[in-house]
Amino acid sequence: MIEPKPLRRNLAALAALSVASIAMTGCSVGSFGSSDDGKTTITFQNFNAADAVKASKQMIAAFEEENPDITVKLDTIPGGSDGDNLVKTQLSTGDMDDVFAYNSGSLFQAIRPEQNLVPLTEESWVETVAPSYLPAVSVGEDVYGAPSGTSSPGGVLYNKTVYERLGLSVPTAWDEFRANNEKILADGEVTPIEQTYGDSWTAQMFVLADFANIAAAEPTWAAEYTENKAHYADEPALQSFTNQQQAFDDGFFNEDFASATYDDGVRAVATGTAAHYPILSGAISAVEQNYPENIDDIGMFALPAKNAADTRLTVFLASAFYIPKSTTGEKLAAAKKFVAFTQSAKGCSIFLEGGVSGPFVNSTCTLPDSVPEAVQGLQQYVDDGKSGAALEYLSPLKGPSLPQLAVEVGSGIRPAASGAQLYDEDVKKQAKQLGLAGW
Amino acid sequence: MTETVMHKAASSSRVVESPLSSQKRGGGLKRGGGQKRGGAQYSLWFLLPGAILFLVLFVVPTISSFYFSLTRWTLFDSEFIGLENFVTFFREPMLLQGFTNTFIYALITSVGKVAIGLALAMFLTSGVIARGYLRAVVFFPVLVSTIGIGITFKVLLNPYHGLVNQSLSVFGIEGPGWLTDPHLALLTVAAVDVWKGVGVSTLIFMAGLVAIPRDYYEAATVDGVGGWQAFRFITLPLVRPAMATVILLNVISGLRSFDLIWAMTGGGPGFTSDVIGSVIYKQYQAGFYGLSTAGNVVLFVVVAAITVPMQLAFRRREIDQ
Repeated sequence: MIEPKPLRRNLAALAALSVASIAMTGCSVGSFGSSDDGKTTITFQNFNAADAVKASKQMIAAFEEENPDITVKLDTIPGGSDGDNLVKTQLSTGDMDDVFAYNSGSLFQAIRPEQNLVPLTEESWVETVAPSYLPAVSVGEDVYGAPSGTSSPGGVLYNKTVYERLGLSVPTAWDEFRANNEKILADGEVTPIEQTYGDSWTAQMFVLADFANIAAAEPTWAAEYTENKAHYADEPALQSFTNQQQAFDDGFFNEDFASATYDDGVRAVATGTAAHYPILSGAISAVEQNYPENIDDIGMFALPAKNAADTRLTVFLASAFYIPKSTTGEKLAAAKKFVAFTQSAKGCSIFLEGGVSGPFVNSTCTLPDSVPEAVQGLQQYVDDGKSGAALEYLSPLKGPSLPQLAVEVGSGIRPAASGAQLYDEDVKKQAKQLGLAGW
Repeated sequence: MTETVMHKAASSSRVVESPLSSQKRGGGLKRGGGQKRGGAQYSLWFLLPGAILFLVLFVVPTISSFYFSLTRWTLFDSEFIGLENFVTFFREPMLLQGFTNTFIYALITSVGKVAIGLALAMFLTSGVIARGYLRAVVFFPVLVSTIGIGITFKVLLNPYHGLVNQSLSVFGIEGPGWLTDPHLALLTVAAVDVWKGVGVSTLIFMAGLVAIPRDYYEAATVDGVGGWQAFRFITLPLVRPAMATVILLNVISGLRSFDLIWAMTGGGPGFTSDVIGSVIYKQYQAGFYGLSTAGNVVLFVVVAAITVPMQLAFRRREIDQ
């Protein structure tokens, strides 16, 4: 039997082994990227939604054709909170792809841009991006992101054939909207408002898409909210929660609201089994793809405010492409080239093929005449100055539990006032995590 | 007459133990080997790989998690904030509901798995036809991925298009919203958990049952003992070590439950089926890394506080017998 070695030598060996294991895990796959034949390989990470993957593949193919010495490899991540975690982990370990897509606005602020991202302020395409978009991808003077497509307003998708049949007109105040729903309910043929809590993010629209209305009534609300001076538990913001509870209490929702999914909602409003579906304008391209024969039957209007004069379209800005600081040398040059390509006219045309759901924020891109009427209607709000950014682009605060709280309020599990109050508690945690002053 | 049988059974339970409990006591293996000294059985070099893995993968993360639970942590940097995370965690509005749900879930799944597991084990150790096949069938769900089971049952239990409610409607019964009714969601998930996990309990009970010598039952039959009495006075006392293992395992897994609930309801509708695990996970998803680490430390303490005394109590009862 082998005699045990003295303890000290064992410890030394243990230390050596643990150092070796740390060194091994620290080695990144990226270091094998460049090959000898003068070609540069960069990686590009986008969200795994089917249309995003399709557009990414087309974008890469077009880019590689123009730049034969650069190869781009596509990686995908899930959207939502799972994706957030992945992006944060990748950035903090230095394992991020050379170019990656991520949200703009409050989520962008949470990934520590100054620390983790390469500033793109000097790039020539920055001039073509709408000045109203830039704050959503900037910290101080520095721009870090390039818009990845069109912005996506949130509002009420509605079925025009139902409106025509019942002689209804597009509402601009909440009470008109409620009266329309009463008529639809009395008619008994179709569901007044479709809700799809099987995908809980869709439950938030009564609150999120109402924000431009709040901002129209009280322009300083977002700033006060960030400073812990304005809250959802008080009017005017409480109205958003109250609206959702009222719509439930009125019995406007579809029978299967608790289990239906986003796809069910899109189908219901496209085929006219439901009259209204409060949702993001991305649903218009979903109708275009899945129910092309119904695309002319749908339209979209801004979620009505309490007073018609305050009704604005709430706009969610496009996500953006970013380059992490871990990308250096010739990869950095190639990554910048790729990002610039997405902002070129050719890049725009590829975004367009994937289906547009809202106005572009880049002046090199314009909406063609062939876009669905519903999208043109949204453009009209923007042109008339009747639109405003969603809260997440005006304040870094967004509570993570809003989907669940909205589901509870919209299912009659919890009254609106309690939901709004709990949401304020939720936001407090976010403010503390961000280390904001005044919390 | 019955008393003699009982006496015999009780006295011999000191000798006859299930394989599980005799293992726990450490057995006689050590004494049998050609050991030179009473000290280490293996060279330290031999233990080194395991020790390193344990150190790097378990000890270091555990200790650092205690530290990070005291910080505001963004993954990029951390700021020491004392016990603030614990204060925030205990103020979490959904915490009480999460704890209540966790205990309800642990209780239902444990009781369900013990009762059904014991019944199945007795059935499968009896002279039933196709015993091997049936044993495999009972154990099969244990082998399937939890997430896979969750997603499958979510589809089956859809209130409008799911197979379960459609089958019920054939008989004119309108099935409830199994996973969408706030009062039912947690119970439904617990029932699926029992279905999925009962195979392990059955297996442990079967091992306990076959270790009971047939003599007792034969003697009892001679004494004219009925089925219920045989169960009550022979089977139940002698299967106790197995039962202790089953209860302990199920309580621990019930308290730590997360994956099935997450796959089936995501803690919903709203927060109605949230357990501690999903409350913590959502905090982690939200990027509150320090706060969720504090939650995990609390969960660790709670699970330990419940299971360690249980473990000790079971052991004491075994020794007392």
